[in-house]
Amino acid sequence: MAHEIDPAFLALPMRSLADAALQRARDLGVQHADFRLERIRSQDLALRDGTLQGSHDGEDVGFGVRVLHEGTWGFAASVEISTEEAVRVVDRAVELASISRPLNTESVEIADEPAHPDVSWVSAYDVDPFSVPDTEKVELLSAYSRRVLEQAGVEHVQAHLQQILEGKFYADTAGTVSTQQRVRVAPVVEAIAVDQESGRFETMRTLATAAGRGWEYVTGDDGVVSWDAALDELGPLLAEKLAAPPIEAGRYDVVIDPSNLWLTIHESIGHATELDRALGYEANYAGTSFATLDKLGKLRYGTPLMHVTGDRTARHGLATIGYDDEGVQTQQWDIIRDGILVGYQLDRTMARAKSDVLGTSRSNGCAFADSPGHVPLQRMANVSLQPATGGPSTDELITRVDDGLYIVGDKSWSIDMQRYNFQFTGQRVYRIRGGELAGQVRDVAYQATTTDFWGSMEAVGNPQTYALNGAFNCGKGQPGQVAPVSHGCPSAMFRDITILNTAQEGGE
Amino acid sequence: MTRPITPQEIVERCLELSTTAGTSATGGSHGLTVLVDELSRANLRWANNTLTTNGTTQERQVTVIATVDGAHGTSAGVVGRSAVTADTLEQLVRAAEHAARENGPAEDAQPLVADSVSADWPEEAGATSPAALSTLAPALGEAFHRSERQRRILYGFLDHEVHTTYLGNSAGLRLRHEQPTAHISITGKSRDLTRSAWVGQAERDTSEIDVTALDAELDRRLAWASRRVELPAGHYDTVLPPTAVADLMIYAYWTMSARNAHEGHSVYARPGQGTRVGERLCEQPVTLWSDPAAGGLECAPAVLARASSAEQSVFDNGLPLGRTEWIRDGQLASLIQTRHSAGLTGLPTTPAVDNLRLDVDGAGSSLEELVSGVERGLLLTCLSYIREVDPQTLLLTGLTRDGVYLVENGEVTAAVNNFRFNESPVALLNRFSHASTTVAAFSREWGDYFPRTAMPALRVPDFNMSSVSQAS
Repeated sequence: MAHEIDPAFLALPMRSLADAALQRARDLGVQHADFRLERIRSQDLALRDGTLQGSHDGEDVGFGVRVLHEGTWGFAASVEISTEEAVRVVDRAVELASISRPLNTESVEIADEPAHPDVSWVSAYDVDPFSVPDTEKVELLSAYSRRVLEQAGVEHVQAHLQQILEGKFYADTAGTVSTQQRVRVAPVVEAIAVDQESGRFETMRTLATAAGRGWEYVTGDDGVVSWDAALDELGPLLAEKLAAPPIEAGRYDVVIDPSNLWLTIHESIGHATELDRALGYEANYAGTSFATLDKLGKLRYGTPLMHVTGDRTARHGLATIGYDDEGVQTQQWDIIRDGILVGYQLDRTMARAKSDVLGTSRSNGCAFADSPGHVPLQRMANVSLQPATGGPSTDELITRVDDGLYIVGDKSWSIDMQRYNFQFTGQRVYRIRGGELAGQVRDVAYQATTTDFWGSMEAVGNPQTYALNGAFNCGKGQPGQVAPVSHGCPSAMFRDITILNTAQEGGE
Repeated sequence: MTRPITPQEIVERCLELSTTAGTSATGGSHGLTVLVDELSRANLRWANNTLTTNGTTQERQVTVIATVDGAHGTSAGVVGRSAVTADTLEQLVRAAEHAARENGPAEDAQPLVADSVSADWPEEAGATSPAALSTLAPALGEAFHRSERQRRILYGFLDHEVHTTYLGNSAGLRLRHEQPTAHISITGKSRDLTRSAWVGQAERDTSEIDVTALDAELDRRLAWASRRVELPAGHYDTVLPPTAVADLMIYAYWTMSARNAHEGHSVYARPGQGTRVGERLCEQPVTLWSDPAAGGLECAPAVLARASSAEQSVFDNGLPLGRTEWIRDGQLASLIQTRHSAGLTGLPTTPAVDNLRLDVDGAGSSLEELVSGVERGLLLTCLSYIREVDPQTLLLTGLTRDGVYLVENGEVTAAVNNFRFNESPVALLNRFSHASTTVAAFSREWGDYFPRTAMPALRVPDFNMSSVSQAS
């Protein structure tokens, strides 16, 4: 059953501030203005060896106004919640637009969007984590930690839990008014082993990633994560990793588990198909994209098995919401179909400016600001690789590999500014010999160029192998903003991938 | 309309509302600590020779830390709020006290820092406004026009912020710190996007930024790229300019947690037990240090901790900071400590400082002189997307970005393709062959969050370019 929006959020004077701000903006002759008031509750808990090391309970309330004035944007924000301040903030936004006007060579227009008068939306979760007493949270994380610390060979345990309750109110001069609420959590437990003699150490963490779910995900009551099993395997897996032989660098066939592949999708497809990057808006910071607009409908991204969608609608997806930060109703669409680039992630400005090439004049709803004090940017939708109906299971994918690797869990990640060259490591990597798993190996990284990698994908798993994983900390923009996002994918198999030995890379 | 509450009033009112403050014996850890952060910010962002976004914001963050003595020790509760009014402060203090009681004893509990008052405590928070940018806007506009004429494209960001922190506690501490930061970074590309260059600079005020000079440096670098050579992966004699050294050394600094080293899981851990403090990391006379009073890099002279972690403790709020040498003459000298971790490791309390400087004793040359000594090698611009691959050796991966240049017989002769590198900053300190004098260096990778750095250029005879990146 859907939750009600938190009355404490609704009690904030959002409508009177919005009315005052939007009226002031109209009086100043803007083409468009939007007002966004948010309350973001956050709580971080960090435990070390079962003892609380640090906690922070936060609540950020504030509002921002974006104006489109004489073809130029201006944005201003404040945390002083009053109608007088709302009017002053509009004045500051218009002042900034005026200072910026001589620097702007392109008169901005925004894509049409029907007005959505007074809509509301709440994400899918059972228990709001902010309704759970702190003692219960600390005790649960402490019990999780002790369960791991008691295992043979585990020297230290770190546990971390982030929780967010996001309330978002939006109103614009076209008449859209939306009130929305989202809940998300990110629990992780990591075990550390140290070989006292050699000084070698290794880590192994739980595979559960951040999710658009509530406290039930942390306790396991929703059945998504079997926490007892996930915790009990850490010690034995860690001991095996510490004793594992190093990988011999070379080229291998690899089966990649969704717990690892989601991050590769994020970096090599998600970011590469953000239209703002393709247009150069992030050239000074997050980078650009090789998948430029002239390649739409032509670029062979990977094998014809590739069907990649963008959405802000998947249940429990971290980018999921009803309406974006420009008042656009969210949707699902194709980004790669039959291995060919067919779509981008858009906001209203870009959708309008590039409508002739895109073949649409509407935004697909990817505008997001991480706080009331930040301007909305085009941010990532849930970008997901679709499974193959009737396709193989993970075990069947492994049987197809004679001499290769099975990579589970994400760890280190890096990709170049144009999204070509990437390098990833995993939580645990197994040798495959003769179609069977043959124990862990260590010091493994895989390195590839995006289109080569996806062009080597020989098989994608069936819907039973599909999983949604994600993170809170996708970074972009100046000033820097973080965004939560999920990626769904099945297990998949890739032929002839470059595998590095990281110890050798470090000169050992 | 009521007058907005001032940061000093917030501190005093919270302390009055506390049920824990004032009941402790002198020097105890039982009490209340309040931090009020006032952030005033204005920025412009551009791409394709035109403005893209901008913003002017006034933010406030009030952090209340209640520390409560109990039968088993002192516990801490930390609650932060952005929008506060006089009416909501009591709720905030009670929430912190409640959190403290629920959390149980904190292992980092220490006596609160007492009786120090900043002379400027009564002063208002510093502020900026769109007007601070208006002096640079004409020069930017001119650079856009020039770029159009010269078939170049500019992308970049200009930010001015003033961050004022008020720290008070129930032991009589009243500290005020005002941190102004202005920074700019510009990427320039040829119209066909095959050539790319980058420049960046951080100062205390926008008046110290010279857009025209930065634009001229972009021009010089784009001209270097008029000839292009493709090179394979391999180990290259490589000159890292100060900004690229900052990209790597900031990471080496951020991983200097004494607690992690003491527990055996960091590059600074000694096999068996304890840290490598006292051990020689490199043969060269390298000193990596921080100092709140370092010229041009001035930063907060006291600990400002809004949550406890391995690297900082809320109990240490207000501890004075001074010059701290992390590496002294090649020897690991200190690690990032809280009073608690100092007790665990038996080492001095050396908390993190918000700036970083690397000096190589005896280095007298410039970047240009370093380049002039290279027979055949590479000159980098900056590094990007740096991530930890192996914490054991602090092996980092990442990429070169926006300009890798071929040096032949001491001269830049062409631009080459980008590379992915795999290298450890700790290992590099033991392998570099030449260093320049230290200059202000704005990190491309981390500078938006850690702008106060000064570094030398380093020449490394065998920098590991692991593979080629097609990015241009």
